[in-house]
Amino acid sequence: MTEVKSPETAAPPAAVPAELTEEPVRWHRVRPYLPLVVLAVALILPYSTLHLPGILEGALNSPGTLQLLAVCLVFGGLAAGYDLLFGRTGMLSFGHALYFAAGVYGTDILITRAGLPLWQAAPLAIIGGTILAGLIGAVALRTVGIAFAMVTLAFAQVGAILVARDFGGLTGGEEGLPLDVSGLPSGLVGVANTVNLYWLALAYLVVVVFVVHRVTGSPTGRVLAGLRDDERRIGVLGLDPYRFKLVAFTLAGGLAAAGGVVYCLIVGGASPHITSSELTLSLLVMVVLGGPGTRWGPVLGGILYMYLDHRLVSFGTSGAVDALPAFLSRPLSQPLFVLGTVFILAVYFFPGGVASLAPRLALLRNSLRLGSRRES
Amino acid sequence: MDAIILLTLTGLGLAALYFLVASGLSLVFGLADVLNFAHGLFLGVGAYATWWAAGNLPGAGPDGFGFVVAVAFGVAAGTLMAVLVELVLIRPLYSRTIEQVLVTVGLSLAGVALLQATWGADARPFPRPEWTRQVTSILGAQVPNGGLLLIAAATLVLGAILAFLRWTRYGLIIRAGVENREMVTALGIDVRKAFTLVFAIGGAAAALAGALGSVYFGTVSPQQGGSLLIFAFIVVVIGGMGSVVGSAYAAVAVGLLQQFVNYYGTSGLGDICVVALLAVVLLLRPQGIAGKVATA
Repeated sequence: MTEVKSPETAAPPAAVPAELTEEPVRWHRVRPYLPLVVLAVALILPYSTLHLPGILEGALNSPGTLQLLAVCLVFGGLAAGYDLLFGRTGMLSFGHALYFAAGVYGTDILITRAGLPLWQAAPLAIIGGTILAGLIGAVALRTVGIAFAMVTLAFAQVGAILVARDFGGLTGGEEGLPLDVSGLPSGLVGVANTVNLYWLALAYLVVVVFVVHRVTGSPTGRVLAGLRDDERRIGVLGLDPYRFKLVAFTLAGGLAAAGGVVYCLIVGGASPHITSSELTLSLLVMVVLGGPGTRWGPVLGGILYMYLDHRLVSFGTSGAVDALPAFLSRPLSQPLFVLGTVFILAVYFFPGGVASLAPRLALLRNSLRLGSRRES
Repeated sequence: MDAIILLTLTGLGLAALYFLVASGLSLVFGLADVLNFAHGLFLGVGAYATWWAAGNLPGAGPDGFGFVVAVAFGVAAGTLMAVLVELVLIRPLYSRTIEQVLVTVGLSLAGVALLQATWGADARPFPRPEWTRQVTSILGAQVPNGGLLLIAAATLVLGAILAFLRWTRYGLIIRAGVENREMVTALGIDVRKAFTLVFAIGGAAAALAGALGSVYFGTVSPQQGGSLLIFAFIVVVIGGMGSVVGSAYAAVAVGLLQQFVNYYGTSGLGDICVVALLAVVLLLRPQGIAGKVATA
């Protein structure tokens, strides 16, 4: 040790708290309103003609950009709903894509094949998805932990097979099923009305965040957190873990089905890839990248993931990547390779996801500031 | 009668494929509590390494002894991959089950994307010996040789794994570890060496499944592992986690059920029947056909 310790370190740190706490106090006063500010910005976003070269193609209010943003918002909501299972209750379900797909295909089939109007098809699809989640949860929850993950995966696979094999000519098989828009309200049809779909997606996200927030704050939510931390103890307290888990599973399934309805309207149809287990896996990636068990982490993770998934394709085919040698440029042109690698790194080095970055950075900043104060 | 024999033998071929994937999964899960989503990647690596070796490796080729060399290279590549994954990615996370699953999930996404980036997303024709394209006449049924090859390989692997578990010191440690890992550790045995070993065995079996499965289907594609993996999971749950013999029985049941229902019912119905079988087994006997209770 060549470093000479300065005598200041031994002095009582009386002056330090005043300076350190002053700013956080101001920040704490603003912070509760931050989501409202973000919501207001998101609401008026479609009125802006701002160009963000490199971040988004075209102006903010161009239909392509709005559709991308709407998909991002839906997946933000989906990830928040999935977090109700994974982050809040500690259930590792690999079949969440099934309930989302039930919403998408349910709406699509009821409108296109059965000719129902949207106001009937959407609630029916959501109710159907919720019942499906309840039934499958009732069977799958007889197992716990990893076995539960496998069983949900198997049930989701049945959904994928049903859709791909096209029983009764309902789903359109591999080609998917384009939505018949003739019966839809005119405000939701056409490129010029993409902005309404964007607001719809935003509304879905707000509803999911609100529901998850209310559930987590309720007594049921505290039992769910207890199940995550120590299931046996909840049983000892006289509460039935099975019932509470089934409630969480069904609720999350219903939220996913509602997301499916919105997604179906945004994309204008259904395609079989949304039934794949890859979609569930990417939901898991979103939640973990964002920060499981936090209010905004999964939302951010979902939005970020979908944005990157979309943008990395054009990034991969851009000149900068093509100029690299082949062994670098080819993997980089695969969004899933980049996202999968980032995900693995996140599991090792950022276990709390994006949501844990802010406290970590604050800690770093504080210690740096302390360090510089000592130096001076 | 012909149809029944043919369906039985092709069903057993399918069962052999499932068993090769599921035996490793089951051992890894039983011993180390790792649900390995990257297992399909080992299969893909084995298949592509065999495919590459048949075209590029000196001494290897699509026929005769050269093909054996190519398959051996593929199996070696799969084993190496599995050992590396265990040492580098899984080992730092032991006893953190969820994180391990997450890492293998990330690995399966990234790995399949990497295969796709290197060799393209489309299926490629697989170099295979001439005789595997032909059929053998058994009791009047024309059975494809590729399926028979799979059955023979799976039987050999089953025998080898059972002999290894029964008569070697490491086999004893693995069996004891599946039964009660804490006790094995308490006796002063480094059970983590056995983890690496189990990963190597699983990787080798999966890579063999990749190579011989590609011979059977005639093509190789990056997504091949993923779809097989789901049925392998089902086989593992039905068979009871940690039990190789249970996996074998469950693989036969699943393979035959799938093949017969797909033939006599509509195509795709067999896959659904398999999941129904899984639900029934879970409701009546949650611990699977054999062995350990299926909980984490």
